[in-house]
Amino acid sequence: MCGIVGLFCKSPELEPRLGEYLSAMLVQMNDRGPDSAGVAVYRNPAPPGLTKLTLYSADEEYDWSPLEPEEVRAKHAVVLAEDEARLRNERPELRVMSAGRVIEIYKEVGLPRAFAEEFRLSDFAGSHGLGHTRMATESRVTTAGSHPFSTGRDLCLVHNGSLSNHNRLRRELEREGMEFQTENDTEVAAAYLTWRLREGASLEHALEGCLEDLDGFYTFLVGTADGFAVLRDPIACKPAVLAETDDWVAMASEWRAIAVLPGASDAEMWEPEPSVVYAWEKALV
Amino acid sequence: MAIATAEIVDLATTSLRELNQRLHGADGGRWQIVNPNGAHAVACGLDGPHEVEILGHVGYYCAGMNQRATVRVRGNVGTGVAENIMSGTVIVEGNASQSAGATGRGGLLVVHGDAAARCGISMKGVDIVVRGSIGHMSAFMAQRGCLVVCGDAGDALGDSIYEAHVYVRGEVGGFGADCVEKELRDHHLVELRSLLERAGCSDLDPLEFRRYGSARQLYNFRIDNAGAY
Repeated sequence: MCGIVGLFCKSPELEPRLGEYLSAMLVQMNDRGPDSAGVAVYRNPAPPGLTKLTLYSADEEYDWSPLEPEEVRAKHAVVLAEDEARLRNERPELRVMSAGRVIEIYKEVGLPRAFAEEFRLSDFAGSHGLGHTRMATESRVTTAGSHPFSTGRDLCLVHNGSLSNHNRLRRELEREGMEFQTENDTEVAAAYLTWRLREGASLEHALEGCLEDLDGFYTFLVGTADGFAVLRDPIACKPAVLAETDDWVAMASEWRAIAVLPGASDAEMWEPEPSVVYAWEKALV
Repeated sequence: MAIATAEIVDLATTSLRELNQRLHGADGGRWQIVNPNGAHAVACGLDGPHEVEILGHVGYYCAGMNQRATVRVRGNVGTGVAENIMSGTVIVEGNASQSAGATGRGGLLVVHGDAAARCGISMKGVDIVVRGSIGHMSAFMAQRGCLVVCGDAGDALGDSIYEAHVYVRGEVGGFGADCVEKELRDHHLVELRSLLERAGCSDLDPLEFRRYGSARQLYNFRIDNAGAY
């Protein structure tokens, strides 16, 4: 199963309430993914020269203060770093959940409803965000195995489905220098996208490559600095609904997650076609 | 003539289970359901002369296993509307998600908008009329009944189809294994005209449709195909 939600604010008036709506959408998908939950939100650009990192510590009592975090939510903290590599070296006990200029990723095991409360999702203002509720099939229920998965700077991936060739693909990607933290299939898809983008592919081409190189079921939602993209496999077993009004674009596994948005009943609504990449960017809408 | 007033059930304040239990406990009657907000399994498993009107969009398996009742949705429906319908009528005024009318054994399903992938998959006697277009892999292993599409059909139409009748007015994106165009004979036109009338599409001329069905090449094992298994 698993549930996916995404919300993109076309109207700036909506941005202060991004978290409130994203949270409501995520909670609607509680039953589709009771194992873990996560969100990526795009907001508060880092000043030039600094990288925004979302860091995770397994230690609940971790002392974040030396890092002067912008934000601490549960076991996550947002830090602006001058030298990302040095911070990674000096703090090997921390896991980097996301890196970039605008992205922040928060994810944790447990019920999505509890996650939304614990991480105070309603607080977030931002331009767009996406979320995931997981019903685990391929690998263990852990924080690292939760979605979204970072796929590079300001990029992330959430997935509903299961891949069948992820073990072989993981070995191939390891030979290309990609590193993996879990046995999870989605992490392989994320690494595949990261690798394709690193090799110079556009996001659209990288996603189209999935149609050739990934075997299995998937509805993907990819977050970028400027928007998000959606792709379904050629069979399109896994559900996806898209809806758009003058104020927002929303994607979800089911309509009930979109129904919580203002003006939803009058939104234009459709299901994405199989094997077609759909993308929205700030510059285009 | 006295018109019975509908019993109104608000899903914002009534649980889905309570709604369905009340419907199951009633011997028919007129019902109006408001604020469905994409809920699943609304008006599932009815067996009686109910007339149910749903105002808004619903989720999965709406009016599944329907017998005798008439269910009208003034909105869109999710996966598997009227799944395994036995009899009665289900009308969707908006669009339907995938697997509309799947495995249906009887009755009529009408979708005024489009239906997505796998419409009429494994249908076994239900009649389905879609005013718009249908998605890929529709009528997969369709055994009996009619699928009428006033718009276009997606790729892999009628893969491994048995004896269901498929009528499409627009383009067909592609055929599945063993599905071919067949002659539109007089008794097909009668059947099609009747279905269009029952679905409120009598403005369309049956002669604008083409008929598709089984080439019956998969019915028996052929030794020539042994290498394919």
